[in-house]
Amino acid sequence: MKAIEVNNLTKRFANFTAVDHITFDVAEGEIFGFLGANGAGKTTAMRMLCGLSLPTSGEAMVAGLDLNTHAEKIKRRIGYMSQKFSLYEDLTVRENIRFYGGIYGLTNAEIKSRTAEVLANLNITNEANVLVKSLPLGWRQKLSFSVAILHQPKIVFLDEPTGGVDPITRREFWTMIYEAASKGTTIFVTTHYMDEAEYCHRVSIMVDGRIEALGTPKELKANFNAEGMSDVFLKLARKAKRGDD
Amino acid sequence: MKQFLFFIRKEFLHVWRDKRTLLILFGMPLIQILIFGFALTNEVKNSHIGILDNAKDDASRAVIQRLEASRYFEVVENISSNATLEPTFRQGKIKMAVVFPVGFQNELLHENKSTIQLIADATDPNVANTLVNYASSIVMDYQNDMRGRLDLPYAINTELRMLYNPQMKGSYSFVPGVMAMVLMLVCAMMTSISIVRERELGTMEVILVSPIVPMRVIVAKMVPYFLLSAVNIASILLLSVFVLDVPIQGSLVLLVSECLLFTVSVLALGLLISSAADSQQTAMLISLMGLFLPTIMLSGFMFPVENMPIPLQVISNIVPSKWFYYIVKNVMIKGLGFDFVWKETLILGAMTVFFLAVSVRNFKTRLE
Repeated sequence: MKAIEVNNLTKRFANFTAVDHITFDVAEGEIFGFLGANGAGKTTAMRMLCGLSLPTSGEAMVAGLDLNTHAEKIKRRIGYMSQKFSLYEDLTVRENIRFYGGIYGLTNAEIKSRTAEVLANLNITNEANVLVKSLPLGWRQKLSFSVAILHQPKIVFLDEPTGGVDPITRREFWTMIYEAASKGTTIFVTTHYMDEAEYCHRVSIMVDGRIEALGTPKELKANFNAEGMSDVFLKLARKAKRGDD
Repeated sequence: MKQFLFFIRKEFLHVWRDKRTLLILFGMPLIQILIFGFALTNEVKNSHIGILDNAKDDASRAVIQRLEASRYFEVVENISSNATLEPTFRQGKIKMAVVFPVGFQNELLHENKSTIQLIADATDPNVANTLVNYASSIVMDYQNDMRGRLDLPYAINTELRMLYNPQMKGSYSFVPGVMAMVLMLVCAMMTSISIVRERELGTMEVILVSPIVPMRVIVAKMVPYFLLSAVNIASILLLSVFVLDVPIQGSLVLLVSECLLFTVSVLALGLLISSAADSQQTAMLISLMGLFLPTIMLSGFMFPVENMPIPLQVISNIVPSKWFYYIVKNVMIKGLGFDFVWKETLILGAMTVFFLAVSVRNFKTRLE
């Protein structure tokens, strides 16, 4: 079974088509890179898949449920990490975990055991009762990811998760992503870093609301006769008629 | 339901962690009540006056004695001549001067009439008026006493009785006003800021992706501020009864229920603002300009609505605080029952329902 199946998904705002009939699928446990220049429509597409915005037309199955009819049920099966930092800085690490566990309906026992797990994994057991704002950015980012997969979702959507993070932390972050994928979680990630695109199992590149390329990094590089993913990206992005918005 | 409780707990933590805001929220009603109760009153007490006594006879001394004995005046200057009269005013030493003519008693006894001149500093017209009135009535008192048993064929005496507020205390009208102001600030401003903040931080998006129902998010955000308001209502009432000596004449249950109704309507306004504002600053400005100012200017608490130009009177009708102020004044100060305020309560209730409906609708469309 596929984790995500998208068929001709479209989003129009007034007379502007942000997402134009995109079709793709993502396998279970896959790390799927969703690339595109600013304004290409990738955030809008992702918001639709998360149930934050209704599609104008087209269908999508997310975690085995139809997006058009079961958006609310889908929410229980997915996790989401926004490009803005999404933990509460005035709450402690433990309180943040408890809150997000709580709104996903975890029981107190589950919250307790998973909190211990997360704290041990990130090696921050001593900082459990520290306010999040006093943690270094790298730690917060990793904590943010751990919180997004706390309820063990089938799919986790990551919207530019490593923006503004140093290379070492990015490396560690991707180790966490691989670990989650190896346990069967499907990863749907947008990024601007082309070295990260190389880490993905498969990559799609959006230009002007359409998916212009889709395949493994190896295939794409071969198809476009390029050295690395950034060459592939540049070759495609130059075709874009829309600018940044 | 359990998700909802987790959310409320989180909201309480936000409020609790922000000690400065918490201090303002609890300190503000206290300070406002005390400021309005003691400092900002329009009562006139111990006003400094000067005496220019050209007569220096028994009659003038008797009048001066009476002026001094009243708690409204304090004689601080004995002005020696007309020439020094104005400089004394200019230096700001006195608010009013009482001038006795030469031969005051003589005129009084032989011509049966004489004139005392009252000169007041009218840069503050209300105070000047009040002082002149107080002084005139003291002089009248003296005249009546002097007349003694000398029966005149006709005499009309006015006898005054100040109903509901016999001591003419300013705090009687300030308490309901402060209550409206504090609730506006605590409920509307804080609620709207806390919702807009989540949107600004980006946490709102994460919450909306989660299975929690958006309307529950909103209600959960309102709960802490509703409770804070309840605490504030209690502290304002306690302060006014025990510190300002403003008694609660009417039914306490009725008064508190009216306060809670107003709280809900203001919470709805806060939600409405949050759906219109993009940043915390905007939310704060809108609540100050759109809610706080009308509460001060148009609710009738600072300036009587009846004296306003007709267009402003019409506008004042859409200010919820006006109705709330009217209800609290009548229930708390006059001691009227529900029979006398049901109309206003109905208007306030209808406004609440309207604000709630509009803000919930706006909030929902905003999510799309």
